[in-house]
Amino acid sequence: MTVEQLKKIAADKSDLINVRKIVREQAEKLAKNTGYRKQVLVCGGTGCTSSHSLQVIEQLEKSFKELGIDDVLIVKTGCFGLCALGPIMIVYPEGAFYSQMTPEHAKTVAEKHLVKGGDIVKELLYADTVHKDGSVIPFAEIPFYKHQVRITLRNCGVIAAESIEEAIAAGDYAALAKVLFEMKPDEVIAELKAAGLRGRGGAGFPTGLKWQFTKEAKGEVKYVCCNADEGDPGAFMDRSVLEGDPHTVLEAMTIAGYTIGAQEGYIYVRAEYPIAVERLNIAIEQARKYGLLGKNILGSGFDFDIHVRLGAGAFVCGEETALIASVEGKRGEPCPKPPFPAQSGVFRKPTVINNVETWACVAPIIMNGAKWFSSIGTEKSKGTKVFALGGKIHNVGLVEVPMGTTLRTIVYDIGGGIPGGKEFKAAQTGGPSGGCIPAKYIDIGMDFDNLVAIGSMMGSGGLIVMDEDTCMVDIAKFYLEFTADESCGKCVPCRIGTKRLLETLNKICDGKGEPEDLENIKAVSEHMKSSSLCALGQSAPNPILSTMEHYMDEYKAHIYEKRCPAGVCKSLLNYYIEPDKCRGCTLCARNCPANAISGAVKSVHVIDPKKCIKCGQCIAHCKFNAIDKK
Amino acid sequence: MAINLFEGTPEQMSQLLKCIERHRAEKGALMPVLHEAQDIYGYLPAEVQTVIAEQLNIPLAEVYGVATFYSQFSLNPKGKHKISICLGTACYVKGSDKILEEVEHELRISCGECTNDKKFSIDSCRCVGACGLAPVMIIDGEVYGRLKPSDVKGILDKYMQD
Repeated sequence: MTVEQLKKIAADKSDLINVRKIVREQAEKLAKNTGYRKQVLVCGGTGCTSSHSLQVIEQLEKSFKELGIDDVLIVKTGCFGLCALGPIMIVYPEGAFYSQMTPEHAKTVAEKHLVKGGDIVKELLYADTVHKDGSVIPFAEIPFYKHQVRITLRNCGVIAAESIEEAIAAGDYAALAKVLFEMKPDEVIAELKAAGLRGRGGAGFPTGLKWQFTKEAKGEVKYVCCNADEGDPGAFMDRSVLEGDPHTVLEAMTIAGYTIGAQEGYIYVRAEYPIAVERLNIAIEQARKYGLLGKNILGSGFDFDIHVRLGAGAFVCGEETALIASVEGKRGEPCPKPPFPAQSGVFRKPTVINNVETWACVAPIIMNGAKWFSSIGTEKSKGTKVFALGGKIHNVGLVEVPMGTTLRTIVYDIGGGIPGGKEFKAAQTGGPSGGCIPAKYIDIGMDFDNLVAIGSMMGSGGLIVMDEDTCMVDIAKFYLEFTADESCGKCVPCRIGTKRLLETLNKICDGKGEPEDLENIKAVSEHMKSSSLCALGQSAPNPILSTMEHYMDEYKAHIYEKRCPAGVCKSLLNYYIEPDKCRGCTLCARNCPANAISGAVKSVHVIDPKKCIKCGQCIAHCKFNAIDKK
Repeated sequence: MAINLFEGTPEQMSQLLKCIERHRAEKGALMPVLHEAQDIYGYLPAEVQTVIAEQLNIPLAEVYGVATFYSQFSLNPKGKHKISICLGTACYVKGSDKILEEVEHELRISCGECTNDKKFSIDSCRCVGACGLAPVMIIDGEVYGRLKPSDVKGILDKYMQD
């Protein structure tokens, strides 16, 4: 393929993409050019396909046949971000935002909206996009999208995820063409450095510097590596980029190959992400076919190819030296640094490793310049960050905001607040390596340095919201279970330390905690932080230390009063029936597996605490909310 | 637990050998081969590991070392229906531990085990990324979301019948 051909594809297809981005008045003219009166975008990301978006597409195709509709294009895209309301379907040019679609709903929309002369089916729209007076609000203006700035996710939910031509029309590979023909490797590095791009995988190392070290390292053979082993539970930013815009990652890796002098790249991706793996493989095949990977890319004389390597469920492989071992087909155990991968990485050759989100920032920086990128964000954290919102929050999903956006904006304005009118208690960032941000810091600007200062970390971008029903000791225990399970066992501080910490936390949650346990936790944590081999062990104590710092009262309640204030830790709870609410329906007694509930029909029932196994069956069955735990 | 006798077919063996042939020239071929071998057999019995070790000229100890390091590789056969319950943070905060307890209770086996009739096996996983549907359970690739413990029995009943 030549640059001319590349530009031709971009020109040929750009109308198709633009029509989705512009307002209604211009739509008619563009419809003439594209041949499509309307376009229906259906999310094909993991969240929406799990709630059966593919059946929605099938139904649309079926209805189109029955109704004789042939001028409406169906596009299977990547993630729109609002996963809680999936499956999501957007109809252009109106920008009508349908949520929680079912095949029946799709049939209705086809019959009433998508036919010629049809109109939006307001009852099926996402409620926030319908104004009180009945008018439809463009979805870009609803609170969830209004506060977002989409750089990494610019093409997710805009283009067909499995079409290289749509990707090209949306701008992919233009940066590659610019780099290959107009820029020297050092200029690429200078641009990244000036942009202030820092690694999005968690540690925040300057990307330009990393590329420079690898470029300067001696050696004929070098490698480019993409870390897509997104192991933090509750984080799915990288997956969404791979599912929604895989070509931007391939493009950026090729740019890195040209810059540092590598001919081969590896993408190490979790096997738990089947859709992402499939789309990556499709994208690589297409890129090879179009001459954007392989020999003599765009006629520049530069060769580069990319291979996909699957992980196999080991969290530690997200650590770069462990990832390298795994790419080589070995046990994914980390090695001491130095040497850093920039000197000795994959197959002992100099290697540049970046996270998916970092890769996705490269092309926009090349195209729009360092000045543009560095104008977004805070002094030391430039650009945007994608967060995966999860837990006790209305709008579970993916959001991308400028660095420095406050937690309050993310949780309340974008996230829609906490369900059930409950109180915000904490947000957990950084997964098992991070910590909790308590309510008093809700107005803190989210960037790399602020989060470290308050005992948490940016991490890869998982942001789990917790409300008053969450026990912070139990959460610390949950993360320690995770790290104890995922510790590779190579170094002693991590292998033994995670076990001892977990035992102590179990003891506290079981009501057997002693005052000296808190001191022991601190001592073990310090040892682990200073002497573990890799970041997994060094950061494993963070969830405990940060919850101990901000929620010491809860630890003390567990230890001194044998009480769990949030009502979570089973051993510390007693179930009881509130006499004035109980109607004597006997449902709880009949469902109690331990026969711990007694009482005659139509009279107040009583739970025998000695027999009660605290399984919660009675609460699940009671229709009068008469059973409580304290 | 029952003792599992290896019951590989000649077809499976020829598939395995073909897969090894395809990857032989690659650097770091062991992981892709183990992935495909597990797809062929459903698990990685000692017999299969031995073949892989001999064919790739890698010590059996190293093959075993890699196979046991990664949680996705299993040395024991799985049930006909593979149940996986997400214990990632978003699901955990929304009570997926209660879902797991209910499944264990219904099938009378623990997480990581397989029922005697080999119909069901239960595993936990860490985040499939469907956090919008938390808590989730996956049976044979089908995702069940927004679960309550009381939903579990009805879902399992569907699979009991076939």
